[in-house]
Amino acid sequence: MEKALEGIRVLDLGETISASYCGKLLGDFGAEVIKVENPRGGDPARNAGPFPQDVPHPECSALFLYLNTSKKSISLNIHDPSGAAILKRLVKKADVVVENFPPGTLQRCGLSYEVLESVNPGIILVSITDFGQTGPYRDYKGGRLVGNALSGYAYINGDPDREPLAGGGDQPAYQGGLHAYTGVMAALLHRDMTGAGQQIDISTMECMASLHQFTLNRFAYSGMIQKRVGNRYVFSHPITLYPCKDGHVSISPSSEDQAERMLIMMDMTHLLEDERFQTGYHRLVYADEFDALVKPWFLDRKKKEIVELCQEFRVPAAYVNNLKDLLEDPQYQARKFWTSLDHPVAGRLPYAGAPFKMSETPAKPERAPLLGENNEEIYFGKLGMTSEELGTLRDRGIV
Amino acid sequence: MALPLEGVRVLDLSQVWSGPLAGRILADMGAEVIYIMSRQRIPLTQVSPEVATILGWYPNNDPGEDPWNRSSVYNDFARNKLGITLELNTDEGIDVFKRLVKVSDVVLENFSPRVMPNFGLDHPDLKKINAGIIMCRMPGYGLSGPYREFVSFGTNLDPASGMASLMGYPGEEVHMSGNAYPDPVAGLHAAAAILTALYHRRRTGKGQGIDLSQAESATCVIGEAVLGYAVNGKIPRNRGNRHPEYAPQGCYPCKGEDKWVMIAVTTEAQWSAFCRAMDISDLADDPNYSTAGLRVKNQDELDKRISTWTLNYAHYEIMERLQKVGVPAGAVLNAAELSADPHLAERDFFWEIEHPRAGRHQYCGLPIRFSGTPPCPRRPAPLLGQHNRLVLSGILGLSDEEIDGLEQKGIIGSTPLM
Repeated sequence: MEKALEGIRVLDLGETISASYCGKLLGDFGAEVIKVENPRGGDPARNAGPFPQDVPHPECSALFLYLNTSKKSISLNIHDPSGAAILKRLVKKADVVVENFPPGTLQRCGLSYEVLESVNPGIILVSITDFGQTGPYRDYKGGRLVGNALSGYAYINGDPDREPLAGGGDQPAYQGGLHAYTGVMAALLHRDMTGAGQQIDISTMECMASLHQFTLNRFAYSGMIQKRVGNRYVFSHPITLYPCKDGHVSISPSSEDQAERMLIMMDMTHLLEDERFQTGYHRLVYADEFDALVKPWFLDRKKKEIVELCQEFRVPAAYVNNLKDLLEDPQYQARKFWTSLDHPVAGRLPYAGAPFKMSETPAKPERAPLLGENNEEIYFGKLGMTSEELGTLRDRGIV
Repeated sequence: MALPLEGVRVLDLSQVWSGPLAGRILADMGAEVIYIMSRQRIPLTQVSPEVATILGWYPNNDPGEDPWNRSSVYNDFARNKLGITLELNTDEGIDVFKRLVKVSDVVLENFSPRVMPNFGLDHPDLKKINAGIIMCRMPGYGLSGPYREFVSFGTNLDPASGMASLMGYPGEEVHMSGNAYPDPVAGLHAAAAILTALYHRRRTGKGQGIDLSQAESATCVIGEAVLGYAVNGKIPRNRGNRHPEYAPQGCYPCKGEDKWVMIAVTTEAQWSAFCRAMDISDLADDPNYSTAGLRVKNQDELDKRISTWTLNYAHYEIMERLQKVGVPAGAVLNAAELSADPHLAERDFFWEIEHPRAGRHQYCGLPIRFSGTPPCPRRPAPLLGQHNRLVLSGILGLSDEEIDGLEQKGIIGSTPLM
C-alpha cells in the first residue's frame, strides 16, 4: 500500500501534546517526521507518565509513546548557536517545521520564520501556543484548565449550581495539534501551486472557542447566554445518561419521532398525554419529574438489553464506556481500531489507531523512537557529518 | 491572494454539526463547497418557535417568515459555501448529483451508512463516474462492525468514546460534555482526512474512500489516557479540575453571579508567586502546604482558603494579577464575555458577516492563521436554493428550460417541502 504523505519531511520540535499530535498524524500517514528533542531528557512528555507499574522511565511514558508514533528522534540543543545552525541545515531539506514553544522562543534561538524562510523559501512553519503569537494574552501561562476557562468551554461544562468543569483529556492541546495538521496540509497544497511556504499561527484558545458555535452564535443572534445543564442537553430531554442495572446508558432521542419511539419501546406512551412531557423542551423543563417516572424502567434492565432494544426502535443510545470497556468494545475490535505496537523498552501495547481509515493509503503507525535513536542516521546520512564532528557536538552537550 | 484550497470543489451533503463544520473549514480555506440540501429535511430549523426562543436561535428570537434562512447555526456552518437544493429520492435528483460528481473533487456526507448505498451513490458507484473522486463518509461508528447501523447523536459518542469517563466531579459518575464535543472533533478530523487524500491525489491522480468513525476519532484525542490504562491497568478516576500530582489546581468562585477563575499551580516557583499575589494570605508559611504532595493531600482545606480570597475579586482581575507573576490562571468566560474579550478582539478572531435575511452578526473566524493566505469571509450563508441556477447552469451547463423543468417537478426549489 502507498502512503499518503510519502516524500514530505517534517521537523517536529514539539513538547508534550499539541505539536506532537500534529507530527504524529503526519508520521502515521507516511511523512518522514524527525522529532528534535533537547539532549537533557528530551520531550518533557517522557517524564509525564502514566508508566508501567507506575515506575517512571523516559522510554515508557504512555503520553510520549502515544503521541510520537511514526517518528525518528534526534537530540539537539537548539538554544546553542551551533545547535541552531544544525537545525537550519535540516530546515534546508525539510518541508514543514512544527513547534509549540512559548512565543518568542524560536526568535531567541535565531530561528524565526524569516530566518527559516531565507534558508528554505518553501518551508511551512506551524506554531501552536495557548494564545497565539500576538495579543495581550500572548505571554500568559496556559494549559488544560486555563484553556478550558478562557475559551468559554468550561462555562458550559458541568452542573448548573456547581463550579464549571474542564472537559475530558487535554482538549485545547489536541485541538491545537489537529488544527495545525489541517493547516499544514492546506499549506502544502497551496505550495504545490505557488512554491511559497508560509507561517501558521495556531492559538488553542481560539481553536476551542470556535468549537462551540451554538453558544457564541446564539449570543450573537439573540443575546442568549448558554449556562451549564449538567448531564442533560440544551434543548431537549431525555438526552442524558440513565443509571441501569449494571452501569449507565446514554440515551439521545433528538427528535419527537425518536422520543415517541422510545416511549413506545418502554410501553409508556401515556406520558405523552401529560402536558409536561409533550415535547422535548417540555420534558427538559420537567426533567426531574420525567426522570423519576422513567428511571425504574432503566434500573430494571442491563445496559446491553437497553442499547439493543433502543437500536431496534431506532432510538439513539450507546454504552457508557470507561477505558477498560473501550478496549473490550466489540465495535472497536471488529474494526481493528487498536493497533498493537512493540517497543523495545515498553513492550507490546494496544494503541488507539488512526482517526480515519483511508481506502488507498491507510495509516501505518510505527512505535515511538528512543531518545536520540536516529542521531547517526540523520547526522551522518542526511547532513554528512563526520564522526569527529558528531563527537564534538556530543562532548559539548549539543547532541 | 489565492486561498490555499482555491480550485478544489467539494459536494457537501452533511447535516447537523460534524460534517457541516468539516465542509466549512474547507470553504473558509478557499475550496468551492457546494452545500446540497433536501427541502424535505431542512436541518437545524425544525424546532418549535417556543424552543427556538429558548435557544436564542434566530435574530432577536424572531424566526420571521423564512426561519430556514435565519438560523444562527446554519448561517455559521454554511458561510463561504454555495447552496443548492436537490431531492436525491428522485431519478432526476440523482442524475444531477452524478453530473456534479463528474466535475468535483470531494463528496462529504455524514448520513447513516445505509443511506448513500440506497441511493446508489456509494464510493464504488461514484468512482465509475469520476475515478479521482474522494468520498469522505463519517457516521457515528464507521462503515463496518456490529454498531455500523446504530443511530447516534453527538451526545452518545461522548460516553461511547470513553471521553465522558474522563470528565466529572471528583469521585462522582461520568459527566457528558456541555455540547456534544465529539461532533467538532470528528469535523476537524474529516477536514484533515480530505486534505490528506487531496495531497495524495495530486501526486498519483488516485481518489479514495474515507471511513471516519466519529466515536473512534474522539477516542484518538484521549489516546494517551487509553494507552495509560494499557500500561498500568488503572482506570482513571474522575478528578474534576484537579491534578493528581499538583495543587492548587481548580476552579474558584469570584465576585459576581456565576463567575469563576481556573488556577493551575505546578511548580514551587508558581506556588511562591501565588502566595505573594494573595495579599491576605499566610499560606506561604503554612507547613501543611509546603510541598506539592502536601498541597494535594490537604487540598480540600487549601481550596476553601483560596476561595475565600477569590470571592473578593472579579475573575478577570484575579487572572491578570496571577498571570503578572507567572501563575497560570484563566477567567471562565461566558458567551458574552468571550464575544467582548480584548485578546480575541485584538487578534480579529471574530468575523462580522452581513446576511440578507439575518442581519449583521459576529461569527468565530477560522483559527488557522496563514501568514500568506489568510482566510476571510467571502460570502454569507446562502439562502435556501440560492445558487441552484448558478451551479446548474454555470457549472453543469444546464439550459434554462432544463432548470425550469427541475423546478416544476420540485427537484430543486427555494422553499422547504414539509
